[in-house]
Amino acid sequence: MVRRLLGAIPLVLGIATIIFFVVNLAPGDPALRFLNPNMTPEVLEQIRVNMGLDQPVHIRYVRWIGALARGDLGFSFTSNRPVLDIIKELLPNTLVLSATAIGVAFLLGILLGIVQAVRQYSLLDSVASIVGLFFYSMPSFWLALMMVLVFGLFAYQGQWFIQFPPSGMQSVDYAFLSPMAKVQDRLMHLALPATSLALVLAAGIARYTRSSMLEVIRQDFVRTARAKGLSEPVVIFKHALRNALIPVITLLGLYLPFLFSGTVFIESVFAWPGMGKLVVDSILERDYPVIMGGTLIFAMMVVVGNLVADVLYAVVDPRIRYD
Amino acid sequence: MTDAGFETSDLRVDPTGSGPNRSVGRGRGGVVLSAILPGVPQLLVGRWGVGGLGLIVWTALLAVLLTRWTRFAAGWGGPLDHQIASLTVVAGLLGVWGWSMFDVSRPAEVKRTGVGQWSLAAKAFEKNRIAVLGLIVVVCVYLIALVTPLVTPHDPATQASLVTARLVPPGGEFPLGTDHLARDVFSRIMYGARISLSIGFVAVGISVTIGTLLGAVSGYLGGWVDTVVMRFVDMVISFPRLVLLITIVALFDSNSIFMIMAVLGFTQWPGTTRIVRGEVLSLREREFIEAARALGFSRSRIILRHVIPNVLAPVIVASTLGIGNVIVLEAGLSFLGMGLQPPTPSWGSMVADGRDHLLAAWWISTFPGLAIVLTVVAFNLVGDGLRDAFDPRLRT
Amino acid sequence: MPLLEVTDLRTYFTTDAGVARAVDGVSLQLEAGETLGIVGESGCGKTVMALSILGLIPSPPGEIVAGSSIRFNGEELLEVKPARLREIRGNEISMIFQEPMTSLNPVLTVGHQIEEVLRLHRGLKRREARAAGVALLAEVGISEPDQRYDSYPHQMSGGMLQRIMIAIALSCEPRLLIADEPTTALDVTIQAQILDLLVSLQQKHGMALLLITHDLGVVAEVCDRVVVMYGGQVVETGTTEEILSHPKHPYTQGLLASLPGIGDRDVRLNPIPGTVPSAVDWPEGCRFRDRCSFAWERCAESEPDLLPVVAGASRSARCWLVHPDESSIDRAGKPT
Ligand SMILES: Nc1ncnc2c1ncn2[C@@H]1O[C@H](COP(=O)(O)OP(=O)(O)O)[C@@H](O)[C@H]1O
Ligand code: SF4
Ligand SMILES: [Mg+2]
Repeated sequence: MVRRLLGAIPLVLGIATIIFFVVNLAPGDPALRFLNPNMTPEVLEQIRVNMGLDQPVHIRYVRWIGALARGDLGFSFTSNRPVLDIIKELLPNTLVLSATAIGVAFLLGILLGIVQAVRQYSLLDSVASIVGLFFYSMPSFWLALMMVLVFGLFAYQGQWFIQFPPSGMQSVDYAFLSPMAKVQDRLMHLALPATSLALVLAAGIARYTRSSMLEVIRQDFVRTARAKGLSEPVVIFKHALRNALIPVITLLGLYLPFLFSGTVFIESVFAWPGMGKLVVDSILERDYPVIMGGTLIFAMMVVVGNLVADVLYAVVDPRIRYD
Repeated sequence: MTDAGFETSDLRVDPTGSGPNRSVGRGRGGVVLSAILPGVPQLLVGRWGVGGLGLIVWTALLAVLLTRWTRFAAGWGGPLDHQIASLTVVAGLLGVWGWSMFDVSRPAEVKRTGVGQWSLAAKAFEKNRIAVLGLIVVVCVYLIALVTPLVTPHDPATQASLVTARLVPPGGEFPLGTDHLARDVFSRIMYGARISLSIGFVAVGISVTIGTLLGAVSGYLGGWVDTVVMRFVDMVISFPRLVLLITIVALFDSNSIFMIMAVLGFTQWPGTTRIVRGEVLSLREREFIEAARALGFSRSRIILRHVIPNVLAPVIVASTLGIGNVIVLEAGLSFLGMGLQPPTPSWGSMVADGRDHLLAAWWISTFPGLAIVLTVVAFNLVGDGLRDAFDPRLRT
Repeated sequence: MPLLEVTDLRTYFTTDAGVARAVDGVSLQLEAGETLGIVGESGCGKTVMALSILGLIPSPPGEIVAGSSIRFNGEELLEVKPARLREIRGNEISMIFQEPMTSLNPVLTVGHQIEEVLRLHRGLKRREARAAGVALLAEVGISEPDQRYDSYPHQMSGGMLQRIMIAIALSCEPRLLIADEPTTALDVTIQAQILDLLVSLQQKHGMALLLITHDLGVVAEVCDRVVVMYGGQVVETGTTEEILSHPKHPYTQGLLASLPGIGDRDVRLNPIPGTVPSAVDWPEGCRFRDRCSFAWERCAESEPDLLPVVAGASRSARCWLVHPDESSIDRAGKPT
């Protein structure tokens, strides 16, 4: 395990390098955004020096990587706060959103996949496959808008039984709510964004679980389990499922980049103050340190997610051992 | 996937070719029928997939020709896309017509001779109804993209009166309503099809070329080349792709369609590379590659002439699925305002346009999104169908 | 009353190529404590027959045709409730399979897989089940059973895994053990050990054994009676001695002739020409006729019945050579 962690370091370093050069070799001058008509060229030059932009690229690269090794992501060009502080503030919001989404997605996807596999060729299976394919093919931002439209706006207009807040993380009067109401308020705000993210993923997971499960339930040991007199739920959930989940776990690693791409849209649609929104905003403002820091954090979360998937793999499958 | 066992596997005569209506479908009667309604003879003998496709394309194009005769005729002297549209109509009509006649007049024996991997796959694909349905949708979307200037009820960019025709609900003159700038949503969706399809097509073309070459070289050569390539693939795959894309697009400050195509294409290849490398690794040990090596062929020749043709099947599947993927990504970029700039009618930016008018005019966002979903579903159906068709284990 | 009585069992599968008549009218009986051998080449329907008894035929595509009957201890298994069937499985009737390597769940310890049955059918608590399980492992000849109990299947050899399967099958002292080619997948040296183990355990526990094999040599060592299957049907039955010394059916004769002699085990002397046809299209008439050196027109015209070799005898055969006088037209009144 330790060896795997060490093996991830060159990967992260490589990713950091790519990020750095993509951002820094791009045309355009971040200092120009401070430009105003009264500014003398000297002032502009001073701004460049302050931002460290007067140095050649390779020097900046070495400095950035060096700082990175000390856990320093630099200062934001626009807000003059340490990038790390900004990230520390926003990362939990993104984590809450993506963790909920991925949890819901796996739960829903796996359950649906099992049901479809067990009832192969049934009407339920075909309908679920088709509906799943639609969700699987859906842009998450559009799904999010449709959710807002239906469960936020139409529901509000029609005074439906349930209505969900169409944006934000909490209500304006959040500070005045009782603790229980606070939890409820957070959950209500989480519902639509998390569902929009989860449904697209769940459709893919269900597809994968279904085919994995179909493969497993044909195998000899499932027949043995039945021959022992075990009941069908035990055969499916204990004997078949654990084997079918092994390939599904790889999806965890594969879907993380996808999930984080999704958060960029979802956070933008729902005005959710998280990393995705941060990165988009900072790109528009050419805030290089924030772009690099934010992207790096995303990539590192993917790497960590893959490590987690590897560990889960070893937990579920005794044939795999890491030392 | 192509090896000797495959080529010689016994193929029974397709039972659908010998139905009770066989006499109608073939011979002179068939030719006459084909001349009038191409596709129908194939439908009659149970080949509803190709038959339906032919018939739908034929009638749709004929309808365009008849109802938009003036625009069609004017098209020849108009701008390039107009000329292409008119050309498409003519070529499409003649093509379907000729194919159908040729198909029915061809003796049955000729059809049976194709026993290679490709015709087996084609047969298997034709039997897969839902995949053929997907193919029909894909073809229709392509046709729409090509003949758009002939058929759209309104110009996508010119606005009707901002006073009277703003946010008009669907129905009547504007089948899918108008947007906040009084532009016809339906016409804009049709124009949007071109953007999505051409970006999807070119970007996947780029990525497949890079992916296949890199994968084949990496898998075939192995050693440090393989290690370097695969490490690089790991890194690229660890990025949330969208973040990488918007970084590049925004920072390079270029929103031309070629830039978008290139950026999408150059970030799409790692998946293909992995697939191809995996195939090549298992292929490398097979006899015919060994034989080619023993004959002293050069590495590049072996890779180009022997390895790549044999990994084409999974590559085709991956690219079909990839087009859907790219369409969604491009829509996403446009949605965030980082794709093509207005007033280019891209599906993603149309969805974004409707965001601020969601309650007052739900149709602005809804319909372009549906167009994306429908198109991507169709590509995914075709991709899944191809995968099943190429998989000999699933073939009966 | 026989312990197991299978009557006119037909198990068909719907496939793309047509209906596969995998088991097509099999009848057989087995007394308590008896050992019955089922012999036949691969593809003759032996496994499907065994799975049908336990109700383990996957459906779709499989289906047991109406009119079939499987009576166990007087109880009609084709009509009992699913819950009762589960009570019987692993408890009163156990089964071990051909492939020990794939028949155990790779992600659970072997101990767990034994324990599961003990807790389900004998209601043991976890602690008791472990003790009983370890004892079972010792009984089937696994050394260091206490450590082995917590191993996973991939850590064991095929022979050991088959011993584990036997332990699982025996854990509830079943009245009938079905062993489907239990030694086929194993090394030759291990084969004899597993067979000996089965026989000794059978004698010790007094259970009936339905031993499926394609090897008449195994039958000769172990079985009281033999049923020879071909093309989804029984083609000959009798006591082991009768079958081995005076085979009546050309197929049985062929099997015997191909039996390797003592000493040169790997030499197949006179294999039967050809292969078992597909269950989707058995030949018309006698199903063996395209491989039979005695076949003549009559064999193609109509199918022979399974009839006593001489009137009243316990052994029967399905061949026109054996029953030259039987009418081929009057098939309605065939014995069940
Ligand atoms: N699940 C199934 N689907 C279709 N056909 C089957 C299935 N299982 C068995 N069969 C058919 O039943 C026939 C007999 O198989 P089996 O009982 O396994 O033979 P044996 O055990 O004697 O070798 C085979 O030819 C096979 O075609
Ligand atoms: S009936 Fe005819 S073909 Fe069948 S076994 Fe007897 S002799 Fe051979
Ligand atoms: Mg068998």
